[in-house]
Amino acid sequence: MIGLILLGIVVLFVVWLVGQFNGLVQLRNQVQNAWAQIDVQLKRRSDLIPNLVNTVKGVMKFEQETLEKVMNARARALGATSIAERGVAEAEVSQGLGRLLAVMENYPELKSNQNALQLQEEVTATENKVGFARQFYNDVVMKFNTAQQTFPGNVIAGMFNFKPSDFLQVPEADRAVPKVDLSLS
Amino acid sequence: MTHAPQRATFYELQAKNRLNSVLVLVAFFAFVAFLGLGLDWFVFGEMLGVEGGPTVPFFTLFGLAWGAFHAAVSWFGGARQVLHSTHARPARPESSPAEKQFVNVVEEMAIAAGLPVPKTYVVPDDDPNAFAVGRDPEHAAIAVTEGLLAQLDRDELQGVIGHEMSHVRNLDIRALTLVTALFGATVLLSDVARRGLSSRHGRHGSWRSSDNDRGGGGGGMAILFIAWMLVAVLAPILARFLAMAVSRSREYLADASAAELTRNPLGLASALRKLDAAHEPTHQISQGSAHLCITDPRGLRVNERDGAFADWLGTHPPIARRIALLEGMAGVLTPSGESPRSG
Repeated sequence: MIGLILLGIVVLFVVWLVGQFNGLVQLRNQVQNAWAQIDVQLKRRSDLIPNLVNTVKGVMKFEQETLEKVMNARARALGATSIAERGVAEAEVSQGLGRLLAVMENYPELKSNQNALQLQEEVTATENKVGFARQFYNDVVMKFNTAQQTFPGNVIAGMFNFKPSDFLQVPEADRAVPKVDLSLS
Repeated sequence: MTHAPQRATFYELQAKNRLNSVLVLVAFFAFVAFLGLGLDWFVFGEMLGVEGGPTVPFFTLFGLAWGAFHAAVSWFGGARQVLHSTHARPARPESSPAEKQFVNVVEEMAIAAGLPVPKTYVVPDDDPNAFAVGRDPEHAAIAVTEGLLAQLDRDELQGVIGHEMSHVRNLDIRALTLVTALFGATVLLSDVARRGLSSRHGRHGSWRSSDNDRGGGGGGMAILFIAWMLVAVLAPILARFLAMAVSRSREYLADASAAELTRNPLGLASALRKLDAAHEPTHQISQGSAHLCITDPRGLRVNERDGAFADWLGTHPPIARRIALLEGMAGVLTPSGESPRSG
């Protein structure tokens, strides 16, 4: 009888352990998926930029430099060989697009141009999607790391060698050279 | 409400609201079970002449089965039915910039919540309102009125969509479906109970004689019986209070989650202010879907007032309190980081 009870306890413990382990694996996969989603949104943005630049370049004569910067940053992001390099380039794209959106307000021709208005909404939505994809990534990382650092997750994480994921740092707007840590260690 | 808006993070609010919802659901189940068991014990058992009720709790099972049946019907057909009854049509992002923005914002919020993108619908009505349907995120749809798209700016729209996306993410529609079904079961059981009581009354002539019939049961049973009778008679009203309580706590939770998704509680606060100012009944949205909307579509002033009475009767909390809570959250969310909590 006592043997049966002990066996029951052991079985329950193993089931519980498996559940805890699977929970951590699930969170780790969510982190990876969230990371991939950022890529999807960055790709969308990259596809949108040539269209945007073609529409506004005739009108925004005083912003040619900004337009060029966005195009160059995009090219560098596409050709980047390291994640860090790409992170810097993507941050520059974001900065350039943010500036474009801000100055578009100053061009009455653009305000009455239906095509330009649609593009403005499209750029806003695209920037937001990139931002929200990053936010979701950080939210999932927080969950994953909290699960690893609180009891009993910390014991399981230690046993099976789970590592906390890194948060994405948002570059401060006023920094001269944006530093973005895109590395997923 | 005289005290200052509480500063609570959306995480704390979410945890509290989840607990409240679970408690109310448990109370609802217990309520239906109590009503059904009493019916079996006092009425059905008496009719069969079995002491202590029948071996199979017939009415309890019947009530729960009735609730389950209704839950199943709305589970599989509810979303389509609600969309149909509000005359919602699929959004047309190609032909209307406002609807393009709506679809974009829904996609943004789906990304922020890490959910599949819900279907988007537009209700042809000038009163600003919005609602979500669907039993789970895979089958969800978000609908807004044309008036909402016309009156809100992008940030405000984002707040409203964030609120609806939270209903989807927190499985509120599922919880409310359950509550609605149990509410139906309660009303039915209470009806049967009252009929049973009057027929029993007829057979025995008076309550006293029936108590004496039970013999050994004695005073304790009599008190239990009276309590049960009161509950049976008051059941529809009590059930309504419970249903409204679930609905309200879900609204607070959705507001808190919307702030989490947009990281901008002030967008929703400003949207609620506009919705409040434009408050007239949304004609296209019927009674049955009221609890799904961002503000009560019936334009009931009871939802706007503060105090105990409004607390008990509205499907939605007072808008002023919702705004105050959101603005309180904005205080915590400023970039300066953690600010001290005040009572």
